[in-house]
Amino acid sequence: MTRAIASLVLLLAASANAQTPSARDAAPIDLTGYWVSYVTENWRYRMVTPPKGEYRRIPASPAALPLINGWDPVADEKAGNQCKSFGAAAIMNVPGRLHITWQDANTLRIDTDAGTQTRRLRFGAAPATAKPQPSSWQGESSAQWEPTSGTEGGSSLRVVTSNLRAGYLRKNGVPYSERASVTEHFDLAPLPQGGQLLLVNIVVDDPVYLNAPYVTSPHFKKEPDGSKWDPTPCSSTW
Amino acid sequence: MLIDLVTRRIVPVIVLGLLMVLLGASRASAQFEFSGSWAPIGTEDVQNDSLPVDYLGLALTDEGRTRALAYDESQKSMMERQCQGWGAAYGVLGPFGLVASAQTDPATNRVVSYTIDSWEDWNGLTIWMDGRPRPSQYALHTQAGFTTGRWEGGALAARTTHIKAGGFIRKTGVPLTDQATIDWRFYRHGDVITVLMIASDPVILVEPEIVSKSFRLSPRPLDYRTPCVPGYEGREPGDGVPHFAPGQNPFADEFMKFYSLPREAVLGYPETLYPEYRKKIRATYVPPPPCKEACGQAGNFVRRREN
Repeated sequence: MTRAIASLVLLLAASANAQTPSARDAAPIDLTGYWVSYVTENWRYRMVTPPKGEYRRIPASPAALPLINGWDPVADEKAGNQCKSFGAAAIMNVPGRLHITWQDANTLRIDTDAGTQTRRLRFGAAPATAKPQPSSWQGESSAQWEPTSGTEGGSSLRVVTSNLRAGYLRKNGVPYSERASVTEHFDLAPLPQGGQLLLVNIVVDDPVYLNAPYVTSPHFKKEPDGSKWDPTPCSSTW
Repeated sequence: MLIDLVTRRIVPVIVLGLLMVLLGASRASAQFEFSGSWAPIGTEDVQNDSLPVDYLGLALTDEGRTRALAYDESQKSMMERQCQGWGAAYGVLGPFGLVASAQTDPATNRVVSYTIDSWEDWNGLTIWMDGRPRPSQYALHTQAGFTTGRWEGGALAARTTHIKAGGFIRKTGVPLTDQATIDWRFYRHGDVITVLMIASDPVILVEPEIVSKSFRLSPRPLDYRTPCVPGYEGREPGDGVPHFAPGQNPFADEFMKFYSLPREAVLGYPETLYPEYRKKIRATYVPPPPCKEACGQAGNFVRRREN
């Protein structure tokens, strides 16, 4: 017994010099694969472009109203801003397919066929020497596996995204600013008739254009392969 | 070489395994706190209950669609139906928050059940956590149904069966039958609980209806327990049950025209729930005119008829 304890102590001591498991090796849930939007809620705000000026259920601030009422999709298209409604604060609500893969051991990558966007969810602290990046539609996302409680020890993926280019929460021009941040939790659930569901809980905070956090929770069904993958470019008008 | 192999490859695996065992042991007694008052956040449109024929986001069978179109809202004015309630699914589809509490066994202090308090028009939900068996299929079916739960993968997972025929998955008239089941998952992330509801019904739904809705922990207690008191609403006892004969629903096109929506989407055809449908209607969709009233957050619900 004493020898066993001594061995364990030695092993633990040796582990101090060992490499930390990568995010991929430590992944408690497997999010990789192809997923398709299953649009059973917010249908009128997602599957078609809502009327200009409508922002129901979004806690828009007074500062957002002139932008909402002045939305001009043709001008956006001409200015090369056709991806404004495909940014990180909106993309998971855009009907389409996700392809989730490990880009490397500590970067989970999400490609979307709608708008052909790529999100890179980076685990671990950014290197201190990293140069500040310009803002972008998908911003910079830091990810971590977040243990949840329960007798079987579940886990969730938590992602925080910032450094965003200003964009739209909905196709009809309800804005978010460059100061917005997006906090997401990715959870899995079984479907009763078999298959898997990906639930993404999204909280958008924006001190400029929102009076309160904007919370949505789109969900996706897992698909066996990428045979229905259909990349389409961003569009301001659809 | 051997030492390097041990320290770099084998030891981390062993340590990770030990940590997982220790973590798992601590989790066994650390389910999240479900009891409390959870206020609705209200930023998602899961309710669709303001205009009569709005089946957006549902995958209906032909029978389900026919039954839904036969429904007349005046049924709820019948004295005997006013306090009928809306069935188990309304807990997440309705506009209110969740007031959850735990009931424990005084001898063991283990949780026997969780309850979510009722509202005036909802019968509440009891989630049995003590492993009791499900009743016979011939046992009483009620609006609330019978629900058992367990902790699974960090979530509270539950299943409701024994639902009384005549409940609703959509207040605009889409029913559930007594063959329906509802699978629930409650996820907690910080002060937010997200409820995932998956309703299946082989008679009404081609594919399950999946709804997720988030609630935030309220700093003050919520209380929605208002008794339902029936009163005269224009229907005399003994009157017939208001309904529309097939093809005679006068509101069949109202919602569709109001928002320039495709008919098959409003009527709950299954293909309308997938991205391919969005591409299919791109060339033909005519956007509605700009919003002029009740456009913002305060106008959370779609406009009601003014008659």
